[in-house]
Amino acid sequence: MIEGFTALYIFMLAAFTGYEVISRVPVILHTPLMSGSNFVHGIVLVGAMVALGHAETDMEILVGFIGVLLGAGNAVGGYVVTERMLEMFKSSKEAK
Amino acid sequence: MGVAIDVSYFLAAALFILGLKRMSSPVTARGGIVWAGAGMVVATLITFLTPGMHNYGWMTLAIAIGGGLAWYSGRKVAMTDMPQMIAIYNGMGGGAAAAIAAVELMGGEFHSSTFQVLAVIGALIGSVAFSGSMVAFAKLQGLIKRSLVFPGQQLFNLLVFGGALVFGFILMGADQPGSFSILVFFGLALLFGILMTLPIGGADMPVVISLYNALTGLAVAFEGFVLSNAAMIIAGTVVGSAGTLLTQLMAKAMNRSLSNVLFSGFGSGATSSAEQDSEGTMKEIDATDAAVMMAYADKVIIVPGYGMAVAQAQHKIWEFARFLEERDVTVKFAIHPVAGRMPGHMNVLLAEAGVPYDKIYDLDEINNEFPQADVALVIGANDVVNPVARSNPDSPIYGMPILDADKARNVICVKRGRGKGFSGVENALFFLDNTRMLYGDGQEVAGKLIAELKQL
Repeated sequence: MIEGFTALYIFMLAAFTGYEVISRVPVILHTPLMSGSNFVHGIVLVGAMVALGHAETDMEILVGFIGVLLGAGNAVGGYVVTERMLEMFKSSKEAK
Repeated sequence: MGVAIDVSYFLAAALFILGLKRMSSPVTARGGIVWAGAGMVVATLITFLTPGMHNYGWMTLAIAIGGGLAWYSGRKVAMTDMPQMIAIYNGMGGGAAAAIAAVELMGGEFHSSTFQVLAVIGALIGSVAFSGSMVAFAKLQGLIKRSLVFPGQQLFNLLVFGGALVFGFILMGADQPGSFSILVFFGLALLFGILMTLPIGGADMPVVISLYNALTGLAVAFEGFVLSNAAMIIAGTVVGSAGTLLTQLMAKAMNRSLSNVLFSGFGSGATSSAEQDSEGTMKEIDATDAAVMMAYADKVIIVPGYGMAVAQAQHKIWEFARFLEERDVTVKFAIHPVAGRMPGHMNVLLAEAGVPYDKIYDLDEINNEFPQADVALVIGANDVVNPVARSNPDSPIYGMPILDADKARNVICVKRGRGKGFSGVENALFFLDNTRMLYGDGQEVAGKLIAELKQL
């Protein structure tokens, strides 16, 4: 159980981490980075799985099912799109 | 088993942060997504082993359908349509966060009231990000063409948001939230996301998508607290803060404040005065003359915009540029920070076509070179080269940093038709004395230019 001040500390440190990681990033990487961070919050899939796993009524199962479906879409789609974008950066460098 | 799960989540969180860090430099970017991807796989697999779960069949089916569709669409989509795909995948994440909250609220078993409050806040943010992203997707995809603006809009939006808040408070306080309140709450939250995004013009969409990306991250973090899932808390918070910073950077590149983007229907106001200021007429040029002009130039600066992306002209343009280089013409590409539909969009497309990095220049690097350029070739760019952004304080794009293409000795604008740019603002550049218009589809025009060059 993560509660009270432990939760706040995690929140604060993670927020600073995100800020530090992104600062001083060149403009050309804005789109891939947005896409990459979009992929990272695909971790919501894990939470949706847990929610569906503990769902009891039909309605809960239905909503949980939608949640897992959407979460999987976020994770997989985010990865594919980011990877395709970054692939191009590689090919352009090899051509050089 | 609990220890294995904790260790895996810890590992996933570390991989996410390291992955993002690597993605922030062009050299290591490609490895970054692989690291983050590995973290995701580890976290997902270990979650199947969470004790006390059932509905495994549904779970696997949902992952197969959602993942399969996303995989297929992500592979198929053209590079130019990337922004809207990011929007839709992001929306899905927000929707998933909202769904988690809905299940928890229906179950009504919260360890403490703090969790209940966090679940509702996460649900609100997630729902807004979900429906807002879907509208952003529809707009960029061309499914919604007009920006909806009506009198009293902001007041109406505020009322809807207020309504969502009221029902949110009801849900926070209830021991066993009723399904009616849950339904109305989510309905209003989703409606607010739609209403908030509808009036925003397409040119501002990148900033909005980035904002929703940050919001989804935050929603994920909040639901992570509710589920006591460290990986979700850390990943969500990191994305939330990184996304907020990214949103600010983008808004800054467009010289627009975030509130300006969100609360003013762009290009809908008084633009008529700006239009009247455009003097002179548009003068046409054909491909032959344009090719000759550039073939005997010393220096050509190519300014690509969204039009090039739509026409898929980047390969032809690069081919044309290489022909020019063979004739000892210096060719440089000038990229505005918000050219295309997203910052960096043009860089990605040019990289796809094989244009080396060292020929691509940022606004700050290239702007003082325009006066020495013989020809500025503007392909499908419009607002980012519009000189009224410097000269006319009445213009809605006044103050936005632009590429000074108008300062080149000659300007050739490749354009499909006589229409206005995405912001709906008339472009004074097209009316200048040293500007010639070359009408046609970008790819077609580039093809013609190459053919003409070969004959010289």
